[in-house]
Amino acid sequence: MFRWLTLAAGLLVLAVLALILVFTVKEAWPAIQHEGVWGFLTGDRWVPNDPDGPGPARPMYGALAFIYGTVVTSLIAVIIAVPISVGIALFLTEFAPRRLRGPVITVIDLLAAVPSVVFGLWAILVLGPWLFDAYQATHGLLGAVPVLGSIFGPPQGPRAFMTAGIIVAIMIIPIITSITREVFATVPNADKQAALALGATRWEMIRGAVFPHSFGGVVGAVMLGLGRAMGETIAVSLTIGAATQITANLFGSGNTLPARIVQNWGDPGIPPGRSALVGLGVVLFLITIIVNYLARLVVSRAEIRMKGASA
Amino acid sequence: MTQSTDKVLSSDGLTFADRLTVNVTETATAAHRASVAGPVVLDLANVSVFYGSYEAVRQTTMSIARNQITAMIGPSGCGKSTILRSLNRMNDLIPGARVAGRISFHGTDIYAPEVDPIQVRRRIGMVFQKPNPFPKSIYENVAYGLKINKIKGNMDDMVEQALRGAALWDEVKDKLKMSALALSGGQQQRLCIARTIAVKPEVILMDEPCSALDPIATAKIEDLMYELAADYTIVIVTHNMQQAARVSHRTAFFSAEVDENGVRYGRLVEYDETQKIFTNPREKRTEDYITGRFG
Repeated sequence: MFRWLTLAAGLLVLAVLALILVFTVKEAWPAIQHEGVWGFLTGDRWVPNDPDGPGPARPMYGALAFIYGTVVTSLIAVIIAVPISVGIALFLTEFAPRRLRGPVITVIDLLAAVPSVVFGLWAILVLGPWLFDAYQATHGLLGAVPVLGSIFGPPQGPRAFMTAGIIVAIMIIPIITSITREVFATVPNADKQAALALGATRWEMIRGAVFPHSFGGVVGAVMLGLGRAMGETIAVSLTIGAATQITANLFGSGNTLPARIVQNWGDPGIPPGRSALVGLGVVLFLITIIVNYLARLVVSRAEIRMKGASA
Repeated sequence: MTQSTDKVLSSDGLTFADRLTVNVTETATAAHRASVAGPVVLDLANVSVFYGSYEAVRQTTMSIARNQITAMIGPSGCGKSTILRSLNRMNDLIPGARVAGRISFHGTDIYAPEVDPIQVRRRIGMVFQKPNPFPKSIYENVAYGLKINKIKGNMDDMVEQALRGAALWDEVKDKLKMSALALSGGQQQRLCIARTIAVKPEVILMDEPCSALDPIATAKIEDLMYELAADYTIVIVTHNMQQAARVSHRTAFFSAEVDENGVRYGRLVEYDETQKIFTNPREKRTEDYITGRFG
């Protein structure tokens, strides 16, 4: 009996996933027909204009600029958040005095409870102007350097890929930190003592005993954070600048898939505008699935390399 | 001691290694210690171990001689493991743990403020109760200590040498890339010994190394200990009196006592040649334990 219940619960999750996919694809279908699958994925223009207006003769719905924006802001967020989160988790599990541990954990968990719209408002009102100065200073410093000069290009305002990336980083730090901390806490004391008894310093012990043990779990934590980063809507929408452009310039404005959806949902343009927005949702969903699958591959490969073959 | 780990540890300009050699004879001649055969490596004088304000082990005085196997036996709670773990400062890792008295390694107080506990552990290795190989390959387990201590030389050769030293090479030479966790318990424990001797410590502390193993694996480890005693000084804590009788040269019997305030503590009762402890102990308490009347 219990077996069937658990099986049913498992199947229910799959069924819900499948239904979401089926219905969103169905809703998005008119837009995909309008552009073709390839055209929808690789088109870099999104012009839901009235054909009688000053825009092009027919509306254009291409998702590429938003895919790009989603990938770039999520990568910025993860690159910033992972070292900080792992650092906090290590501090809490290995270094912090016991009486400091509780308060720090509470503060970090509180960070997770701040609504994302509040983060977004704080970012444009407080962080944005300050960051804009920093962007200008960075560009002044690196502008003439090849490659770096185009990545840290001329700032177009406080709203930019970088601003969105930074605010999302702050938002995913609590998730990554709390899971990473739990994972670190499961490292057997015996392993740590073994390393220390060989004359390892604390850091050598962490590299030799804590990290190999926790690699899979930490990647899982990063994936959860990445999922949240890719799906984050309001805070990104407020901070990224809502520009449909693909540029290497991290200080430039852009847009992401979910941000575009909420910005346009109320006024999606002439058909198949609304379908196209649903299509963006489908694309986001598929990217998330692919990223998770790749993460699993990475973990299993790395564990074999690190821990040795199992038989 | 390698160049890279040979840091100046004291204000008089002597390195740790220098001080060790300088002081060997001085300690060996200390008359009030129980007489031991050969030069003294570790010397405990009135050692008490505290956890917070609780004095877990009181007033232990004993010397441990080079290339001998010294066993510590006694009932649970007698402090034998606590004393063992204070010998390479593993107790430092327990919050509130503190050692009073003096533990000297070749005459140098290992708890002196200028002594780096990492140096101490590098020279006084430890094998634990439960085999605890890292979740890495067999090769990487042995190589780990060599890497962190930046020991120069051909890594493959040093790994092989350590595995041979632990009587494990023939069993694993074809599967060095395999996960250490796939080995049997006895093999894992010998791997842990290999890992310890790879960094060439002087002393190997063993904390009930066979308690998680079957009799055949235990016999292999005991044989190995005998061989290792040629090159290393071994201190073993064991619950198994027969094991102490079989492998050790000298035996220290610890007992759990209750003081006038009703507080339990551990105490060294008798320390002598193993043969004497097991056939003709001086103390009644030892005899009672040996003959199974308590503990």
